[in-house]
Amino acid sequence: MKSHYSDPTTSQIVERRVLCVLVDNEPGVLARIAGLFSGRGYNIESLTVSETEHEKHLSRITIVTSGTPNVLNQIEAQLDRMVPVHRVVNLAAKASIERELALVKVSQNGPDRSEHRMEALRLATAFGAKTVDATLNSFIFELAGPADDVERFINLMTAIGLVEVSRTGAAAIGRGAEPM
Amino acid sequence: MSETMTGAEMVVRALQDQDVQHIFGYPGGAVLPIYDALFQQNSVEHILVRHEQGAVHSAEGYARSSGKVGVVLVTSGPGATNAVTGLTDALLDSIPLVCFTGQVPTHLIGSDAFQECDTVGITRHCTKHNYLVKRIEDLPRIIHEAFYVARSGRPGPVVIDIPKDIQFASGTYLPPGDMIHKSYRPRTEGDSSRIEAAVAMMAKAKRPVFYTGGGIINAGPEASRLLREFAKLTGFPVTSTLMGLGAFPANSPQWLGMLGMHGTYEANLAMHGCDLMINLGARFDDRITGRLDAFSPDSRKIHVDIDPSSINKNVKVDLGIVGDCAKVLAEMVRIWKEKKYQPEAEALKGWWGEINKWRGRNSLGYARSKDIIKPQYAIERLYELTKDRNTYVTTEVGQHQMWAAQHFHFNEPNRWLTSGGLGTMGYGLPAAIGVQKAHRDALVIDIAGEASILMNMQEMSTAAQYRLPVKVFILNNEYMGMVRQWQELLHGGRYSESYSQALPDFVKLADAYHAHGIRCADPAKLDDAIREMIDYPGPVIFDCLVAKEENCLPMIPSGKAHNEMILPDFAGEIGDVIDAKGKQLV
Repeated sequence: MKSHYSDPTTSQIVERRVLCVLVDNEPGVLARIAGLFSGRGYNIESLTVSETEHEKHLSRITIVTSGTPNVLNQIEAQLDRMVPVHRVVNLAAKASIERELALVKVSQNGPDRSEHRMEALRLATAFGAKTVDATLNSFIFELAGPADDVERFINLMTAIGLVEVSRTGAAAIGRGAEPM
Repeated sequence: MSETMTGAEMVVRALQDQDVQHIFGYPGGAVLPIYDALFQQNSVEHILVRHEQGAVHSAEGYARSSGKVGVVLVTSGPGATNAVTGLTDALLDSIPLVCFTGQVPTHLIGSDAFQECDTVGITRHCTKHNYLVKRIEDLPRIIHEAFYVARSGRPGPVVIDIPKDIQFASGTYLPPGDMIHKSYRPRTEGDSSRIEAAVAMMAKAKRPVFYTGGGIINAGPEASRLLREFAKLTGFPVTSTLMGLGAFPANSPQWLGMLGMHGTYEANLAMHGCDLMINLGARFDDRITGRLDAFSPDSRKIHVDIDPSSINKNVKVDLGIVGDCAKVLAEMVRIWKEKKYQPEAEALKGWWGEINKWRGRNSLGYARSKDIIKPQYAIERLYELTKDRNTYVTTEVGQHQMWAAQHFHFNEPNRWLTSGGLGTMGYGLPAAIGVQKAHRDALVIDIAGEASILMNMQEMSTAAQYRLPVKVFILNNEYMGMVRQWQELLHGGRYSESYSQALPDFVKLADAYHAHGIRCADPAKLDDAIREMIDYPGPVIFDCLVAKEENCLPMIPSGKAHNEMILPDFAGEIGDVIDAKGKQLV
């Protein structure tokens, strides 16, 4: 028997959604947003935040989340009713640009060292990554790009000496002349 | 006009400017400057409670019965944490409150100082919004903003945490002015094309039902008046949630009684069988819907709510309208009249015929007794003997609450105060104190259970101190009755920890609290005892000894649909009704 709380929407497909949230940059606002997600059991895949309009103290939060369409609509409504939230915009995948930044450290030791170093540099060039630090046995690459590219780059580096990764969540913006 | 004053003086001045006459609170180290400022003026009266939870529930009672914002003042640390239950209660039931909490001085924040706690962190999840005031320059704006946020849109509690050094600091006070909040501007006017579509759907409905909730009460008395007018124009049946009782008069022939888990047979079957459901200010709570995938399967649903996140949250609706119930109802009435709509008279007649058949089941019936007071009988008599008075009823939480909702009938809004969403035992007595403070001459009754009342019994001292003649009417069955009922339903009648052992002598307890105590166990003497309670000019504790193992029926058991109710004439074994899956639910 289906439970009393069973949600007829659970048969719906889980989708990914990118939300841009414009908030007052007041103390605790990030805890408020994060608390909404944890308190109501929503997913956060990534969250990026920074003050974008200093004179108005406005911060822009980009949240990548996933859920069924009903849950995603509910997330938007719950965000929108929060007191410090000015706007919530759902960025449609095809009409927006998403970028992540990764700092990738690779280190080469052992017999294949020089071959691996060459390969690392070749891959970095192929992906358009910048070399931001180098020593005789290591590189740090900086790669900005769509999440998929960053993911593939990191996976390739794993085979040739990946030791550490620092990466941001997505920053996203709608295409075209119109602001959000 | 700006004036220089201390932060503490600003708090008091802002209360005066916000037209606050009464606040409920408890002093402590971190709010002493505010208490000093209160001491030096006469326009704001402070009511000293005996526990901070009581302060918040009193403010809730005050707010819900008067339509004003309730105000609370407590100290840092335990003062704030004790207020948390009340704040959560107000959040779930959409009650406008502003709660001032003291905080340790700003330079000590984060040092684990004496009576320090992260008040804004703790209350972030149980308030509509909260503030930590770090600069005296921000204080007047924050206070006025807090009142605006508390009362606008879907109302709720707001906390303002004020460190002690800010209370002492001097700054410039600014009066309220015209508040235009930079981000929070909830929509109150419904979309007119949607309202028109909704009214057109109603004109074609063959089996309609109005399902109304606390949103009608929160939208003010005008919303109740419009609901009555619209119900009269359409001739549709009306049911309501626990929170909405009184918005539509119980003495109207169109009234079906409350719906939901302990609602009437006719209300729940009307919900199940309707072809058009018009939800006005209710939120498809799980106590209402029962099993979701069997909830009102053949209806189209209209949902009017001031909170956009309520629409399509639990139940997908066909037409959602974001707006204040009073404003949307006014538009609905106007359009209905303007377009000269007529209800589907023939179909409606058939629908009422079905409803009347369900009514004939008399789902609120119970076996009467000459020897013992049945709890339902006690509520019936209480209603009969108080219905012609200016009466307000609060409740605690449990069986007595449901019996009160079923058998005490409300014809006016704001007369019924109960903890619906959070289900807080201990709500009723402090709430009654708040109601009595707002309505000095009214008869205010807390319908209680013997277990619930002990959770905030200390507030009898508050009633005594302020000569508030609240009447505590205890349905004493020596059990946490709803727990016992669920144990009978779900756990083979093993009454684990639900017997109220070692109860106090409530009559002596009344005496100890400078109140009048009455005990009654005889149905024949009940009326006289209730009259004695009503006539007594001060607070009363009435210990009404009732049948011990009476179940609160009808009931939609967990995991069941509206058409699977247990009725009072159910002959089977009640413990066999719920299956294993249903037992996991609350």
